[in-house]
Amino acid sequence: MALELRAITKRVEQVTHIKETSLLLEPGRFNVLLGETGAGKTSLIKLMAGLDRVATGQILMDGRDVTGMSPQKRNISLVHQFFVNYPHMTVFDNIASPLRVAGMAKSEIQGRVEAAADVLQLRPMLHRRPHELSGGQQQRTALARAIAKESTAVFLDEPLANLDYKLREELREQLPELFAGRGAVVVYATSEPAEALMLGGRTALMQDGRVTQFGPTAEIYRRPNTLVSARVFSDPPINSAPVTKSGDRVELGHGVGWQLTGPAAALRDGTYTVAIRPNYISPVRSEAAFVPMTGTVQITELSGSESTAHFRLGAETWVSLAPGVHRYHVGEDHEFFMDPAHCFYFAPDGALVA
Amino acid sequence: MRKVNQKGWLFVLPVLLLVAFNALVPMMTVVNYSVQETFGNNQFFWHGLGWFEQILRSERFHAALGRQFLFTAMILAIEVLLGVIIALSMPRKGFWVPFCLVTMALPMLIPWNVVGAMWNIFTLPDIGLLGYVMNHTLGIPYNMTQDPLAAWITVIVMDVWHWTSLVVLLCYAGLVSIPDAYYQAAKIDGASNWSVFRFIQLPKMKQVLTIAVLLRFMDSFNIYTEPFVLTGGGPGNSTTLLSIDLVKIALGQFDLGPAAAMSLIYFAITLFVSWLFYTLMTRHDVK
Amino acid sequence: MAKITLDKLRHSYMPDPKGPQDYAIKEINLDWQDGGAYALLGPSGCGKSTLLNIISGLLQPSEGRILFDGNDVSALPPDRRNIAQVFQFPVIYDTMTVYDNLAFPLRNRGVDEAKVTARVTEIAEMLEVTEMLRVRAANLSPDNKQKISMGRGLVRDDVNVIMFDEPLTVIDPHLKWKLRSKLKELHQKVGVTMIYVTHDQTEALTFADQVVVMQDGEVVQIGTPVDLFERPAHTFVGHFIGSPGMNVLPAEVKDGAAFFSGQRIALEGAIIPGAGLHQIGVRPEFVSLAATGVPATVRKIMDLGRHAVVEALAGETRINAIVEGTLPGPGEAVHLSFRPDQTRLYRDGWIASEKERAA
Repeated sequence: MALELRAITKRVEQVTHIKETSLLLEPGRFNVLLGETGAGKTSLIKLMAGLDRVATGQILMDGRDVTGMSPQKRNISLVHQFFVNYPHMTVFDNIASPLRVAGMAKSEIQGRVEAAADVLQLRPMLHRRPHELSGGQQQRTALARAIAKESTAVFLDEPLANLDYKLREELREQLPELFAGRGAVVVYATSEPAEALMLGGRTALMQDGRVTQFGPTAEIYRRPNTLVSARVFSDPPINSAPVTKSGDRVELGHGVGWQLTGPAAALRDGTYTVAIRPNYISPVRSEAAFVPMTGTVQITELSGSESTAHFRLGAETWVSLAPGVHRYHVGEDHEFFMDPAHCFYFAPDGALVA
Repeated sequence: MRKVNQKGWLFVLPVLLLVAFNALVPMMTVVNYSVQETFGNNQFFWHGLGWFEQILRSERFHAALGRQFLFTAMILAIEVLLGVIIALSMPRKGFWVPFCLVTMALPMLIPWNVVGAMWNIFTLPDIGLLGYVMNHTLGIPYNMTQDPLAAWITVIVMDVWHWTSLVVLLCYAGLVSIPDAYYQAAKIDGASNWSVFRFIQLPKMKQVLTIAVLLRFMDSFNIYTEPFVLTGGGPGNSTTLLSIDLVKIALGQFDLGPAAAMSLIYFAITLFVSWLFYTLMTRHDVK
Repeated sequence: MAKITLDKLRHSYMPDPKGPQDYAIKEINLDWQDGGAYALLGPSGCGKSTLLNIISGLLQPSEGRILFDGNDVSALPPDRRNIAQVFQFPVIYDTMTVYDNLAFPLRNRGVDEAKVTARVTEIAEMLEVTEMLRVRAANLSPDNKQKISMGRGLVRDDVNVIMFDEPLTVIDPHLKWKLRSKLKELHQKVGVTMIYVTHDQTEALTFADQVVVMQDGEVVQIGTPVDLFERPAHTFVGHFIGSPGMNVLPAEVKDGAAFFSGQRIALEGAIIPGAGLHQIGVRPEFVSLAATGVPATVRKIMDLGRHAVVEALAGETRINAIVEGTLPGPGEAVHLSFRPDQTRLYRDGWIASEKERAA
C-alpha cells in the first residue's frame, strides 16, 4: 500500500493553488507536511482525499488510479483541526459510524470499536456524548474512528492545533505508536517545525503551493537543499545574511568573519548567503562556538528550558537559542558566539552549495 | 480525461419540473391572457397592450395600490421595530428560553384563513371578546364592519399579531450567535446600552433583518386570505388591498384580460421593490 | 495602575458547595505589585479563567475579597473597576474603522477629541498599525484584529490592570513569537500591571516576571521563570513546565538517603524528615548516558535536530534524557546518571529536599 502523486496540480479560476507535485508516500512511518498557514497543506490533503479535483496529474493508491474516484470509495479517514464528531451520538456510535455505513456485522463492529477505544483510552467514555468530553477526548474520539475504520490512508490535518500544550505533547508522542504496524499511509499536516521533528518519519516541506523538499525528517532538517527549505523548517527563524568569500575566509561585515574549513573552503570566491540555526549562536563561548558577534538585544524569550534572544547586527536581526536560563538586557549590547561548523552556504539562486 | 459527474442533475430535476408546472406554465398563461380579449367560449381576440394601459390609468388600481403600500409600510415599520425590541428582551440562556420560543412561534402555526376567522369573531361587537370589551366595558365605539379606521387598525393589528414572531425569531437567532466576549468587552470598554445595540447587536442582526424585511415585504404585499376573511375588503373599499381587488376583477367580474394584466403589473412591482430592498440593504457589504 | 490583592478568595459554581471538590477556586491569597507582568499558567479547567473573570468583575466570588490599591472592589461591576481585558478571540467592532475601534473606550468615557487623537496615534504606532487606521476593522487578518483588541486595552492611560485571556489562541504559529515579544515590549513601555492567562509555558515564561502555576483551583507555585524551571516546588510544576517535563521516579527513603530500584540516588541536599509517598524528580536536561548509574533499556529515540530525547525504561519506569552527540540504538542497554544538584526528592507531590548551601 502506497499513495503516489504524479505531477498533480490544482487551479481555481486561473490561480494555481498547488504547483506540480509528485510524491511517493509510504506506510509504516509518518509522512509530515510542514509549512506555514496558506502554504497549501490542506489543499494537498483535500486532493489526496478526493475532496477536491486535481487540474492535471494522477493519484495512485496501491498502484491503482483513483484520480476521479469519490472519497467514499477510497477507504480513507480524515481528522481535522476542529473536533468533528456527531453531537447526537455517543462516543461508541461515533467510532462505529463508518463501520455501520460499510454494512459490517454487529459483533465485528463491537470488537473493532472496543479495540480502538482501548488504544486511545476511551473505554470509560464510550457511552458519553461529545459535549460531555474534554477537547482532548473529543479529538481522541475522531482518531479512534480513523483507527477502527482501518483505512488505507489516514489524513491528519493539524489534529493537535486546538489542544492544550501538555496534552498536545502527550498525544504527539502516542500518535506514531498508534498507527505503527497498521499498514496505512499516514499524512500529518502541521505548521510547527518542532512537531515534525518529534513525529519523525518523512517530511515534505511546503511553501507557496509547492513541495520544496521531501525526505527523512531529521535528514532534511540537517541538510536543507535551498534557503527556502531551511526557512520553512526552522523555529525560531533561521538566521541568514549575505557574506563575501575570498580565499579561505568569509566576511559578514561589522567585523564578523571566520576561517572556512571543509567543503565550504573549496567554493569559488564571491557572494553567498550564509544561514545558521539559532541554537548554534550561543551567549557562552565554547570550543565549537567561537566566532564573536556583538549585537543590540531587542527581544528575549524564555521557554521552560531554553532562552532566546533576538539581537541586531547591522541590517540583520539575529536569533540565539541556548539551553538553560540566560538573562539579557533589552537595548544593551551583548556578545554572542557562532559555531561556524554548522553554517549553510547558499548560492545567489538559493541552492545549497556547502 | 476529466469526467464531470452529471448525476447531480437528477436531484434537481423534480424541483425543476415542479417550478415549471407551478410557476412557468401558469405565468405563460397569464401573459397570454393579458394581451387578449375574451367573451367566453374559449374565443380570444388580440388586444395588444390595451389592458395594461387601462389598468395603469385606472383610479381604482391607483387606490388599491396606494392602500397596499400604506399597509405594507405600516406593518413593516411596526413589526421590525417590535420584533427587534422583543428579540432583545428575550432571555438568551436558561429555563425560559424554550418557553419564549414556543410562545413566539405559536401564531405562525395557525393557518391564514383561521387567523382571519378568529379575528373576525374576536372583534364582533356583541359576542367577540375584543368587540364586547371595547363597546360594553370600556365604552369605546368599535365596529370594524362599519368604521374604515377601525377596520384598518384591526387588519394591521392582526398582521402584527400573526407575523411579528417571524422577525423576533430571526433576530433572536442573530443575537444568540454573538459570543459573550463581545458583551464583556463592551462592558469593560464602558459602552452604553445604546452603543452595545448600535455596534454589536445591530451589525450582527443586519443580515437576518434583511431577510426578515424581504420576507415580510413580499408576504404582506401579496396578503390576501386574512383580510379577505376578516373584512372582505370593506367597509366599502377601504381595506381592498391589491390582491383582493385582483380577485374581484378576475373571479367576481370574470375580466380575465385586465386581471391578467394587473397580475403582471403586480408581479413586476413586487419584484422591483424586493430587488430595491435587497440592493439597498446589502450595498454596504459589497464595498 | 494598581497593586492587586486577592484575600482568601474562593469560588464555587454550585449554590451550596459541600467540600473542597465543589470549589473551582480553592482559597487563594496573592499580592501583585503595581506595574508587574504576571502570568497565570495551568491546564484547561484549572480555574485560571475563573480567577481572571473574578478579577475583572465579570464573576462574583463566593467568598473573599479583591483589593485594588487596598480598596475593596469585590462588589463593583467591570466598568467601575477601570480595567481592560483582551479575550481569546479578537473582539472588534465590525462596522467601525480601526481608528474608531481604538477610540471607542475613550469616547465612551467622554475624553475630549484632541486627546483621543493623540492617544490613538500613539498606541497605533506602538502596535505598528498606523497605516491601517482608516481601514474597516472587519477586513483585518486575525493577528491584526487581536492587535486592535489589545490596543483598546492600552489606549486608556488610567487602567488599573490589563488582562489577557489566552490572547494568542487564534494567531498563526509563525506570528505568535512576534506578538508575544510585542506584548513584553509594550509592558515595558507602558508599565501597567498586566495579567496573562495561558496554558502555554513559553507564553507565560516569556511574558511574566512572576508566574502563578495553578492546578485544580489551587496555586501550586509562584515564582520567577527561573525558579519554576530550576526548582519546581511540586511534581506538577516539573511536569507542566519544560518539554519533555521532569522525570518523576518512585523512590524509597532509608536512613536519610533516597533509593530508586535499589540504587542510592544522590540528591541536591538533605532530606526534610517526614512520611508519605516519595518520588525523585529530575529533568531530562540533567539526565545523561554514562558508564555507571541506573541501568535501563532504550525504548525510543526522538531526534529533534539540535538534540535528541532518549526514552529509556528502568524496570517499569520511563525516563527521558536529552542527549547531544552520539545516540544509542533502540533496545540498547544503557546507564543513566543524574546530576546530583538538579535531583530532588518529593513527598506527596511537594518538594522534600533542601538545596545545599554553596560550600
